[in-house]
Amino acid sequence: MLKIEDLHARIGDKKILRGVNLQIEAGEVHAVMGPNGAGKSTLAGVLIGREDFAVTGSVLFDGEDLLALSPEERAAAGIFLAFQHPVEIPGVGNLYFMRTALNSLRRHRGLDELDGVDFLALAQERMKLVEMDQSFMSRSVNEGFSGGEKKRNEILQMAILEPKLAILDETDSGLDIDALRVVAGGVNALRSEGRSMLVITHHQRLLDFIVPDQVHIMAAGRIVRSGGKELAVELEEHGYAGVREPVPAATSMAGATR
Amino acid sequence: MSKAGEALLSRLAPGLDGDVPGWLSQIRAAALTWVTEHGFPTHRDEDWKYTRLEAITEVAFRAGTADSGDSRIGEQVEDPAVDLGGIRFVFVNGLFRASMSRLPAVADGITITNVAALLVGGAQQLAPFFDSVPGQHHAFAALNDALAEDGAFIHLGPGTVVDEPIQLVFLSDTAGIPLLASPRSVVLAEAGSRATIVETYAGVDGQVCCTNSVTEVVLHEGAHVEHYKIQDEPESAFHLALLDVRQGRDSRFGSHLVMLGSQIARHEVRISLDEPGAQVSLDGLYLPRGNQVHDNTVFVDHASTQCTSHQLYKGVLEDRGHGVFNGHIMVREGADGTDANQKNQNLILSDRAEVDTRPRLEIYADDVKCTHGAAVGQVDGEAILYLRSRGLSAEEARGLLVFAFVRDMVDRIELPGLRSALLNRIATRSMAGIGEVGA
Repeated sequence: MLKIEDLHARIGDKKILRGVNLQIEAGEVHAVMGPNGAGKSTLAGVLIGREDFAVTGSVLFDGEDLLALSPEERAAAGIFLAFQHPVEIPGVGNLYFMRTALNSLRRHRGLDELDGVDFLALAQERMKLVEMDQSFMSRSVNEGFSGGEKKRNEILQMAILEPKLAILDETDSGLDIDALRVVAGGVNALRSEGRSMLVITHHQRLLDFIVPDQVHIMAAGRIVRSGGKELAVELEEHGYAGVREPVPAATSMAGATR
Repeated sequence: MSKAGEALLSRLAPGLDGDVPGWLSQIRAAALTWVTEHGFPTHRDEDWKYTRLEAITEVAFRAGTADSGDSRIGEQVEDPAVDLGGIRFVFVNGLFRASMSRLPAVADGITITNVAALLVGGAQQLAPFFDSVPGQHHAFAALNDALAEDGAFIHLGPGTVVDEPIQLVFLSDTAGIPLLASPRSVVLAEAGSRATIVETYAGVDGQVCCTNSVTEVVLHEGAHVEHYKIQDEPESAFHLALLDVRQGRDSRFGSHLVMLGSQIARHEVRISLDEPGAQVSLDGLYLPRGNQVHDNTVFVDHASTQCTSHQLYKGVLEDRGHGVFNGHIMVREGADGTDANQKNQNLILSDRAEVDTRPRLEIYADDVKCTHGAAVGQVDGEAILYLRSRGLSAEEARGLLVFAFVRDMVDRIELPGLRSALLNRIATRSMAGIGEVGA
C-alpha cells in the first residue's frame, strides 16, 4: 500500500530525513519510535504534503506517486494525519468542518455529497467510538479543547473520513491514562483489513494499547532498526542508546521491507 | 480652501434658503461660515491622512434636496438588512419616503418621526442637537449641519422600551445626478429607556453619489441603546458618517458596524462618557476590496469615573483594498476606574492591499486599566494545511478561514434576521472564494 524508498527531506541546509525506507501493506499497523529530532514528525509531514521541505526519493501509495500530489489530493487518495498539534480554527463549527471535509473527499471519489441530516447521523454514530458528546460538534474546530479532547477530535475525523492510511503523530502526547485508553479504543475499532496505520510515538506505553505488527526505530533521519512488537519492549528496557549503534543498511532495508 | 472645495461649496450652498425655523437658518449660516474658513480636510490633517478626499471634493456634487417627485425612485434598491419587521423608516437621497416606511403604533412616551416633519412646527427640541459646529468636529460634519433637511428623530421617554429593532434605511437613487445626501438623525434616550436601532445604507450600482450622514445619540441615566450600521452602498458611491454619542450615568451603548460598500467610506465614531459608570462597546468589520477605502476613526472620551469602553475592529483587505483604523482613547484627569481596551485585527489577502492601524491611548488619570493592540497578518498557513489535509482545496481552505474571521464579528450581532441576512450578503459577495463554502 505504502512504499517509501530512499526518502530525503531538508529545510535549507538542514537535513532531516536521510534516506528512509519503509513499506506498509494493507491492514498492517506499523509503529515508528525514536528520540526527539529523529525525523518522525517530518516523515509524517512529508507524507501529507507539508510544503516546508525539499524532498527527494520515492513514495508510492497504491502504486501512485504520492509526492506529486497536493495535500488535498493525498487526502482524497486516502491519506490521513492525526496531527500532533491539531489546529484551532475559531469561527468554523466542528460539525460543518467535518461535513465539508467528508463531502470534499466524496466529490473527489465521485460519490454523492451527504446532506446535513445524513451527516449528523453518521457523526453521532462515530462520536461514540471516542466517547464524545454532541456539544463538541457545535463548538469551533478545536477551539478551547483540552489536549485530550483535541486528540479525540482527530480520531473522530479519522472515523468519519475513513482513510486507507492513517498516520498518528504522537497521538498519545499529553494524554492521561484514561484519555489514552479512549483514544486507543477508537483507533483499534478502526483497524481493518483495508486500512493501514503508521503510529508515531515516543513511548512504548501507547503500543500496549495499539499493538503494532511492526516497530521501527528512527534516529538521525533514518530507520535504524525494525522488528516485531517486542522491539518496543526492548527499547523500553534499554533506551534508545541501546539501538543507536550503526546498523548495516542492508539490515535496515530488510527489516523495513519484510 | 482648495479650488475644488470652494466650487463644491458654491454648488451646495444655494440649496440652503428653504422654509426652515430661524434657529436652523442661523446654524446653517454659521456652519457654512465654518466650512468656508476651515476648508475641507486634506491628507495633511492628522485624522484624515490615510483617506484621499480629493476624489470626493472634485465631484460636481449637488445637494440632495430636490426630490424629483418620481415615487418609484429608490424602490428598486435592495436593503442589505432585509425587513426586520418592526418600525421601518426609509429615506431616499436623504429625504423621508412615507410610502416605503412603516410606523406601527408606539407606546406612550415614545416619539418616532422624521426631522423634516418636526421642522414644519419649529422643532425647537432639535436645536441643541444641531448646534455642534464650533470647531468640535470637521468640515463634513459642519456641512451636514448646513445641509441636513431630514433624518430620523427618536425620542424615548423615561423608562420606555421599544422591543422590535427600529430600522432606518437610507437609499440613494440619483438618476444620474451626483447628489450629496445629508441625513441627520437624532436619538434621545431618557433615563432607563431601551431600544435597538439599525441603520442601513444602499444604492444603485454605477451611480455616483455621496452620503454625508450624522447620527447623534444622547443617553441619560441607565438608558441602553444598541446601534447597528450596515454600509452597503455601491462601489461608485462615497460615504462619510459621524456617529456622535454622549452618555450619562450607568448608560450602555453598543455599536456594531459592517462596512461593505462605497469607493471611499469613512465612519467616525465619537463617544463621550460624561458621567460615572457609562459603558460602551464598539465592534467594526470592514471588508475593502477592488479599490475601496474603508476608514474607521474612533474617539472615546473617558471624561468621568468608572466607565468602560471596549473596541474590536476587524478588517479583511483584498485586491488593492485599503483599510484604516484610527482609534483614540482619551482618559481625562480624574477619570479613575476607567477600564478601556481597543483591539484591531487585520487579515491581508493580497500583496497590494494596505491597512493603516493606529491605536492610541492618551491617559491623564492614575487609577486606570487600559490596553490596546493591533495585528496585521495573513491567513494561517498551518490552518490551511490542516484543512487541505482533510480534503479541502487550497481556495476552499482559505475562503473558510477568511469567513471564520469575519463570522466571529457577525456572530456578535444579536438580531437573528440581520445576522443571517449579513452572512448571506457576505457569502454572495464571493470574497476570497467564501461564496463556495458560505454560510
